Amino acid sequence: MKITTEKINSNLVRDVEEVSGQKVSACFQCGKCTGGCPVVWAMDIFPHQVLRYAQMGLIDELLHSKTLWICASCQTCDSRCPREVDIPKVIEALRLIIMREKGGNYLHPNDLPARVRENAPQQGLVSAFRKYAK
Amino acid sequence: MKRIGVFICWCGSNIAATVDIDKTIAAAKQMPGVVFADHNKYTCSELGQDMVKNAIKEHQLDRVVIGACSPRMHENTFRKTVEAAGLNPYYMEIANIREQCSWVHKDKETATGKAISLVRTAVAKAARNEALFSTEMPIERRALVIGGGIAGIQAALDIAETGFEVDLLEKEPSIGGRMAQLDKTFPTLDCSACILTPKMVDVAQHEKIRLITYSEVEKVEGYVGNFTVTIRNKARSVDMEKCTGCGDCMNKCPQKVSSEFEMGLAERRAIYTPFPQAVPNKPAIDRATCRWFTQEKCRVCEKICPTGAIDYDQVDEFITQRYGAIVVATGFDTHKLDKYGEYAYGKHPDVITSLEMERLFNASGPTGGKLLRPSNGKPPKNVAFIQCVGSRDKAKGNPYCAKICCMYTAKHAILLNEKVPGSKSFVFYIDVRTPGKDYEEFYNRAYEQHNATYIKGNVSKVFPDGDQLVVRSVDALSGALVELVVDMVVLATSVDARSDAKDLAQKLSITTNAHKFFNEAHPKLRPVETQTAGIFLAGVCQGPKDIPETVAQASAAAVKVASLLSKESLKSNPTIAEVDQKRCSGDMSCMAVCPYGAISEKIIEERRGRETVTRKIAEVNTALCQGCGACTVACRPGAINLKGFTNEQILAEVDAICL
Amino acid sequence: MRYSYYPGCTLKTKAKVYEDTTLQTAKALGLEMVEVEEWQCCGALYPLNTEEHFSLLAPVRALSQAKELNHEKMVTLCAGCFNVFKRTNKAMREDGELRRKINDYLEEDYLGEVDVVHYLEVLKKDIGFTAVAEKVKKKLEGRKIAPYYGCLLLKPRNEMDFDDVENPTIFEDFLSALGATAVEYPYKTECCGSYLSMANEEVAETAVGRILKSAYKSGAEAIMVACPLCKYNLEEYQKQLQDVAGENGKMSVLYFTELLAEALDV
Repeated sequence: MKITTEKINSNLVRDVEEVSGQKVSACFQCGKCTGGCPVVWAMDIFPHQVLRYAQMGLIDELLHSKTLWICASCQTCDSRCPREVDIPKVIEALRLIIMREKGGNYLHPNDLPARVRENAPQQGLVSAFRKYAK
Repeated sequence: MKRIGVFICWCGSNIAATVDIDKTIAAAKQMPGVVFADHNKYTCSELGQDMVKNAIKEHQLDRVVIGACSPRMHENTFRKTVEAAGLNPYYMEIANIREQCSWVHKDKETATGKAISLVRTAVAKAARNEALFSTEMPIERRALVIGGGIAGIQAALDIAETGFEVDLLEKEPSIGGRMAQLDKTFPTLDCSACILTPKMVDVAQHEKIRLITYSEVEKVEGYVGNFTVTIRNKARSVDMEKCTGCGDCMNKCPQKVSSEFEMGLAERRAIYTPFPQAVPNKPAIDRATCRWFTQEKCRVCEKICPTGAIDYDQVDEFITQRYGAIVVATGFDTHKLDKYGEYAYGKHPDVITSLEMERLFNASGPTGGKLLRPSNGKPPKNVAFIQCVGSRDKAKGNPYCAKICCMYTAKHAILLNEKVPGSKSFVFYIDVRTPGKDYEEFYNRAYEQHNATYIKGNVSKVFPDGDQLVVRSVDALSGALVELVVDMVVLATSVDARSDAKDLAQKLSITTNAHKFFNEAHPKLRPVETQTAGIFLAGVCQGPKDIPETVAQASAAAVKVASLLSKESLKSNPTIAEVDQKRCSGDMSCMAVCPYGAISEKIIEERRGRETVTRKIAEVNTALCQGCGACTVACRPGAINLKGFTNEQILAEVDAICL
Repeated sequence: MRYSYYPGCTLKTKAKVYEDTTLQTAKALGLEMVEVEEWQCCGALYPLNTEEHFSLLAPVRALSQAKELNHEKMVTLCAGCFNVFKRTNKAMREDGELRRKINDYLEEDYLGEVDVVHYLEVLKKDIGFTAVAEKVKKKLEGRKIAPYYGCLLLKPRNEMDFDDVENPTIFEDFLSALGATAVEYPYKTECCGSYLSMANEEVAETAVGRILKSAYKSGAEAIMVACPLCKYNLEEYQKQLQDVAGENGKMSVLYFTELLAEALDV
């Protein structure tokens, strides 16, 4: 992983900012998002690092991150962010970049265990497919 | 026809990069009355001013237009310039082509067009400028200092030492302010009380200082050199003459109340002095909690007092006093934590604010200086310090840095380790900021010698877990998650302006910034003055700062006061309202809108044909008028003019832009 | 008092008991709930990007229905629906560009005229918890219940305006109106893992485990929720309780309306 002028200036950063409506440059890396994230232990790139990677143009690395599929958009992080950055929106923008590619869906109905398909409330199923598939 | 000279300033590249100077000069030369136009790189420099002076003589100029920065910046400078060349200072007019033109525009062509338009406007006005003359006004050689914390104490002492009388006003029963609450002070760790209390005593004993405690500003009238201030002296219910400060009443009072001075960690009585070293060391009755005032029973203090000093019938008194100058030193409030539920403050007793921590360290505090956990009275082993609580948080708190927290937290870490051997502190920070003499070294000591671990990460949430606290964060430097189990959590609570700062600002006719800190006249060059002449600032009421800076600012304010009071008299501002007797209809609309009470009714006699009739007209008190111009717009017949801004001058300006 | 009522998909199927107890208790309290006609799924999630507007058509259609019925307020129950409706409505009130785009598809313009409220807010603000307490026939005395808020009712902070995000109290106030004791524990607003229980089960299970254990250790005998997905997750991973409650450790999870129905004896 290497930070270069080309990466920092890349159009991908602007794409992420445009789709998310968030200014990633506003983040001053205090880490309050990461400290409070209820599912952070399952992430490979932590929420504050997502913004740092985005600031540095390391978008490719982010697109390969598990974090995008772990974030549950619970919005604990942005409710506490002192810089008013909505991180779930940034993560959603990254997810959209992937899912808009052909074959980019993360979840197919057949992937669900039968138990989940039987018992889960519609709210959960609809949410999951809206997050994980186009 | 007037002979007008126009001088266009480059202001280095500030103006010249955006406004075409040559085009502007060429256009100016075509304007009516202009007989000379030239430019200069820096007109405010000695060279630039000499050029103006020489041109006035050489070309017999009788009006001058300077196209440069805002009049707020250099109007005075250039008035002096033309005066030195023999012109009335009010013959000079400024066209603001910097703040209102070059700084706010990008396109050179349109900016040049606007600059020409602004110069034309100033030329039109200058052609109609009249000579104005100041009068001399006497000065009341006495100062008022509002606020008896370290800022107010220092300012009062320094003013008094120059020989002028000072009144020091304090709203609490004792002076001392926030500094009296602190334990040790950074970076030297000398005891706050040890260096403050001698100053408090000096104040009390100084023959030039009158201490007015338990009092607040009610009303401020007048102007520089001649303020009239009404002070509300709150009913103390204790006769200050008779009371000897023996303290028997406080010991016997049966009504216990949470102590503000101890940040709610201890109790005081309803009759109280805030702390033992209070100055004056005479109590006041807190009527909101006193049993006599709330339930009409008790009167124990009256029975116990050996000198009969208790007086339940006292009422608020009003003192009216004239002052030549005022220093505002009203300090700060600590940030309210109601939006920070994630830190469990108020949910768990071992989560405290840093000011509460000061009281727990303090030898005269609720624990006698032993650091003990509020929950179980045992010394803490592991303490987490959370920085920037309410600071640098544009979402829920103050967007600004409170400036003092990094240093006092380093101090807390050092003191903790000294008080509780083997203890450990964990300091969660966003950035550590230590600009100040010996500050960085002090911070280094905290982690090199006093067992403090600094963790770059803002704490997200504190989870109470039995009698301990779990703190979750991240160490941003290693990229590891942090989950610490600690005995206490200390919140480095941000600094707010006083909640009533706006009210006081309004009374004083001074301004505040968006966060209610009082505005200085210029952020660099006039840091202790306000925009209102004769009113000065000291301490945190102007913006977050530590004790050394506060003391320096207080001394600076004192010098400003002394230099003002040392003058025999002041020149009045001649741009005040003037009534045209012939036009005045006497309906007195002007009087209703005047914020300074400067307009009154006057009866005049007039000859009408063969008869002599009397009628009512408005009259302006030239000493009270501040030249705000409200009356001129309220006047329907157009009989009031503001000198220097007459209706004719302003309409000429409008014509110059529009026609 | 008459309200428009939007049940949402889950309340008609997996969370039937939530709807039943709501309608029974509303009736007992003198509230009339008029179900909006031909409603569609709200989409379950509010879109978190600047490009997706048309998923808001369904919620706006339901809101227009409520407006046509001349109802000031539309009541929702499911926390997911409440979140989507509250945010959609706020966006329709404040975002002119969005309003224009959405209204292109509607016969009559909708400008955010209807207020979106949660049933709990109706109980608190329109009836008043004191009045609710007066109607209680069987006080839930001695019942120690852990209020579990989840995320969707409260966040985002600036859009939901439901209660204090970090330290909400409406569940506690509701429980004390019913005579029950609300248990204090630090996980009442920590996320249960939401839809991660569909495709990332171990993540949701861990999140749920923390909540269950904390509630159990604080002495709770049941958890009160307002969201079908929270309820599903908290029930699905009960085996997480084994560490602290033994092999057969269980904690029942109840909708607040179930407790209300019990207390009102309907």
